Amino acid sequence: MKEEIILDVRDLRTSFFDDEGFEIKAVDGVSFELPKGKTLGIVGESGSGKSITALSILRLIAKNGKIAGGEILFNNRDLTKLSEKDIRSIRGNDISMIFQEPMTSLNPVYTIGKQIYEALKIHQGMDKEQGKKRIIELLELVGIPSPEQRMKQYPHELSGGMRQRVMIAMALACNPKLLIADEPTTALDVTIQAQILELINSLQEELGMSVIMITHDLGVVAETCDYVAVMYGGQVVEYQEVKELFKNPKHPYTVGLLNSMPRHDVDVDELEPIKGNVPSIKNMPKGCRFAPRCPFATELCVTELPKLDRKEDGSEVRCWIYSDKWDGDPEVKVRNEERTS
Amino acid sequence: MLKFIIRRLLQLIPVLLGVTIIVFSLMHLTPGNPAHIIAGENAPPETVAQIEKRLGLDEPIPVQFYHFVKDAVMLDFGNSWRTSLPVTTELWPRFWVTFELAVYSMIFSIVVGMAAGIISAVRQYSWADVTVMLVALFGLSMPNFWLGLMLMQWFSINLGWLPPTGWGSPEQIILPVITLGTSGAAVIARMTRSSMLDVISQDYIRTARAKGLKERVITYRHALKNALIPIVTVIGLQFGGLLAGAVLTESVFAINGMGKLIVDRILARDFPVVQAGILVIAVVFVFINLLVDISYKFLNKRIDMD
Ligand SMILES: Nc1ncnc2c1ncn2[C@@H]1O[C@H](COP(=O)(O)OP(=O)(O)OP(=O)(O)O)[C@@H](O)[C@H]1O
Ligand SMILES: [Mg+2]
Repeated sequence: MKEEIILDVRDLRTSFFDDEGFEIKAVDGVSFELPKGKTLGIVGESGSGKSITALSILRLIAKNGKIAGGEILFNNRDLTKLSEKDIRSIRGNDISMIFQEPMTSLNPVYTIGKQIYEALKIHQGMDKEQGKKRIIELLELVGIPSPEQRMKQYPHELSGGMRQRVMIAMALACNPKLLIADEPTTALDVTIQAQILELINSLQEELGMSVIMITHDLGVVAETCDYVAVMYGGQVVEYQEVKELFKNPKHPYTVGLLNSMPRHDVDVDELEPIKGNVPSIKNMPKGCRFAPRCPFATELCVTELPKLDRKEDGSEVRCWIYSDKWDGDPEVKVRNEERTS
Repeated sequence: MLKFIIRRLLQLIPVLLGVTIIVFSLMHLTPGNPAHIIAGENAPPETVAQIEKRLGLDEPIPVQFYHFVKDAVMLDFGNSWRTSLPVTTELWPRFWVTFELAVYSMIFSIVVGMAAGIISAVRQYSWADVTVMLVALFGLSMPNFWLGLMLMQWFSINLGWLPPTGWGSPEQIILPVITLGTSGAAVIARMTRSSMLDVISQDYIRTARAKGLKERVITYRHALKNALIPIVTVIGLQFGGLLAGAVLTESVFAINGMGKLIVDRILARDFPVVQAGILVIAVVFVFINLLVDISYKFLNKRIDMD
């Protein structure tokens, strides 16, 4: 039986335009599917376009940017084609988002209770009394002690971890079907990080939400996700089930990421960081974006951009090695698999 | 909050004392014996001595200062040297005219300035933004007496729509208020724009959008309240400048306000009136700043109360 897909992103492209009118292709070919009730991880280095992908889904990109192509099917409705009014009724209601920066994501001049209440009022038409009950319920749900006092506090009276919990409570206010968490823990202490991730995980099970978990940490992916999309230079280069990805990574970049990830069975000095630098967004390679750093790159890789190809097992990879056109060493695939198994 | 207000009020005492000393020394630093001025150039010495005694000018300066402060606290500034009327009688009606002119102009500056600034920020780089910023630059660089004369030339003399002088009727109020309020509106518009632009790019505005709020609600409820602090600061500063601008505006439109009164009486060396006028302006200025400070507290709960 095929699983029901709640979010299907197809070849999404989002561009910004700088002051000189130069087009910056921040997201340039992102595709993935998210089955209902599951968690999708989006991993990639800083600047690879993870946040812009997430913001594009809710159409929250800055004024100087726009969605230049592709579709975002949410329950079979293309979000890129909705009117401003329709997308507003989805934001904070069907799809909620938690941001990377808990310290600055709450409005400093309003109490947290009021900020949560806003969503309840516009989407569910709750009055103050009903709202108060629900806010207390939500704050309890995310593990904030003495919610009745807390709801009257201003953001500056709360720690970073508490603020992120408030953000989660706010995101959950209207029982969203999809929760997008954009690096919800990077700005927090290590101990708090684990708590927040655990909280999101348990809430997902409790409420049956689908979740997109954005992170640059493969450890987080291993612990929390069912599927994973690996991003590089604004593109998805590999999409897999998590278990498969760790057992059998296909894209050389994914292999590099796994090799540079600290593991308990490998000594730290044996970690191999990926050589070279992330390409500048204004100066992307013509061919495969990873080619300049890829140990297997050939003439073909440098000149032509590979497509994101779907395999029979449902995985997708953007790499010439797996195509019939591959002009390099035919043994290369085997080596990829051997290294990590 | 109450503690804060009381402490700020106590802090005003040295400021007001300083102002009083300066105002008081005005008379004593100006060359010439005041009694001579009152008595006239060729008055006999006995008359001068008599006047000195009546005004208490023969007493030591600290004693004179003590009397000055004591009387000033009771709002008694003595009599005018020109008209012999009590200074307060001369000052009050004039004070109200100036106060009205200043308040109406301030309202004009705030309403026009903030509206223009918000439109500019929300539609950054649009033609509306460019127009507002050009007009603001123009309004800022134009001396207000010149603007007053231009307005008078156009609307009173060429078109005959509005009276060129006086104060009181709604028609008479329009031109002076625009004259006095324009530069303030320009400053407020520019500050509103930059402050709003700064706030609009903050993370919490994105959060508000992600909640599904309407743009209007985001602009007025979430952005404006955060943007207000620097705007309130320039509004407070504008009020000080406004009192000075009022003097010129009153001269241009022949309005019998306090500014005109002070200028007239400086020329006539009528010190009690001048002193009282300046003192009143200084006190108003100081209290407006206090109000600005207090409104910060209401606006921004992040500023510690101490
Ligand atoms: N408003 C904008 N104007 C121009 N370029 C932008 C804008 N916003 C983002 N970008 C560019 O888009 C690219 C992708 O940014 P994005 O925030 O999605 O990265 P990220 O993968 O989330 O990185 P991080 O892990 O640091 O959060 C970056 O190179 C960034 O410079
Ligand atoms: Mg990001």
